[in-house]
Amino acid sequence: MARPKGATALRPLRGRDPLGLRRALAGWLLPALVGAMALLAALAIAGAAGAGRLAERWEQAAAGQVIVQVPPAQAEAALARLRALPGVAEATVVAEDRLRALLAPWLGEVPGLPLPVMIELRLVERAEEAALREAAAAIPGAQVERRGEAVTQALRVAEGVRGLAFVLLGIIAAVAVALVAVATRAGLAARRETIEILHELGARDADIAGRFAARLALLCAAGALGGLAVALPALWLLAEAAIPVALSRPAAASDLPWAALALLPPAAAGIGWLTARLAVGAWLRRLP
Amino acid sequence: MVRFSGVGLCYPEGGGAWALQGLDFLLPEGSFTWLLGPSGAGKTSVLGLMHLRLRPSIGRIEVLGHDPAGLPRAQLPALRRRIGVVFQDYRLLPHLSAFENVALPLRIQGVTEARLRADVTEMLRWVGLAERAEAAPAALSGGEQQRLALARAVIARPALLVADEPTGNLDATQARRVLSLLRELHRLGTTVVVATHSEALPEEYPAPALRLEGGRLLRHG
Ligand SMILES: Nc1ncnc2c1ncn2[C@@H]1O[C@H](COP(=O)(O)OP(=O)(O)O)[C@@H](O)[C@H]1O
Ligand SMILES: [Mg+2]
Repeated sequence: MARPKGATALRPLRGRDPLGLRRALAGWLLPALVGAMALLAALAIAGAAGAGRLAERWEQAAAGQVIVQVPPAQAEAALARLRALPGVAEATVVAEDRLRALLAPWLGEVPGLPLPVMIELRLVERAEEAALREAAAAIPGAQVERRGEAVTQALRVAEGVRGLAFVLLGIIAAVAVALVAVATRAGLAARRETIEILHELGARDADIAGRFAARLALLCAAGALGGLAVALPALWLLAEAAIPVALSRPAAASDLPWAALALLPPAAAGIGWLTARLAVGAWLRRLP
Repeated sequence: MVRFSGVGLCYPEGGGAWALQGLDFLLPEGSFTWLLGPSGAGKTSVLGLMHLRLRPSIGRIEVLGHDPAGLPRAQLPALRRRIGVVFQDYRLLPHLSAFENVALPLRIQGVTEARLRADVTEMLRWVGLAERAEAAPAALSGGEQQRLALARAVIARPALLVADEPTGNLDATQARRVLSLLRELHRLGTTVVVATHSEALPEEYPAPALRLEGGRLLRHG
């Protein structure tokens, strides 16, 4: 008989695991899959946070700013008329080197290229931006940049990205629930007789289901931590690449949505606990 | 105390046939009762009703002062913990050591580790398995498994012990040993019900008997 082997194999199970769940619910499949879900969730969270940050910045930048483009010949006259408009706090010509720097990404360095004159208006607070735009457009040769609309559209895109991220999070949570349910069912199948015996010995449903729930919460939390460990360096690289472009400053540690990311392992544990608790609870209710 | 009043049992998978019919009896507290009858007579079914694994299809049962049908589900575990069961097929947990199998009812009750250790060790000694505490059930002989099952059934000092063919797979020496353990429990005040198809075993320990045949009670006494 395989007695010595059997006897030694039993020792680690002494004590706290009467259902043998460490073996029935073992393996790396569930934690690995939950880890993959956590990775996707981290990306979605970072995407939502990034889109939110960008939208905020655009909104700030756009508030109370209007840019009017005029032919160089009429710059002086236009500037004077713009300054006279009600609601204008300040009207300044955008310096040529700044203009070139702003346009460089699109036009490249083209030294001889004639540039229009851009006049930047800062409005007094509570100014009627729409009325002002109309007045500015009436000045001969002036073209009012439709920056407001561009920002509105960009904001709409950012909102879309955020909404998509939340939908993704919902899908990820649903997949995680399904994964835990499948794993729980496998554990139930593997320990069916054990559970029935414990039930007949007077174990409460809550105790049995609680042991499953604790085990699955642990596996899910471990998986989520693993997924997060992979996600964080990736998110940092992404932030380092994207933030200088989007916000024109270097990336900082505070750019990652730490609070939301830190919620992932507890959220995974919670999903594992609740799903297993309900699944096992429902199964136990069929016993006499 | 166990009381059956007009109890009938019909298994859902049994195609409408009555496995038990018209059972009326009372087993007083602290009694020892043989449950006799040939294979298929309904002994396991009667014990199943007594330890709440089965519910009567008709009639009423009372176990340790409670009608299980009248108890809310949340209170059944507490009643079950006062009933010790030696299953015909032992029902030991294969992934747990002998020690852990015996410790199980105490763990279910939340007994502290220190008290549990002493109790289980003492119980293993009582059934002569002190040396085999760390063995897997599969590594034990039939007689040893039987005694292990008995140890698990009585570790929590149940008020009612039901044993289903507890000597069924044992040789005469082993059977006598298990029987003497059951007698000792009875002597200590436990209500004991032992089902057996053997005609010889009851002669070793004369006691009141319920005789079943075809799911009906032949005689009481
Ligand atoms: N789970 C079951 N489903 C259907 N019929 C059963 C079941 N268990 C027992 N029976 C039937 O009930 C009767 C009594 O069986 P049982 O109580 O096991 O008798 P014994 O223990 O005396 O051998 C038999 O006719 C048997 O076929
Ligand atoms: Mg039987």
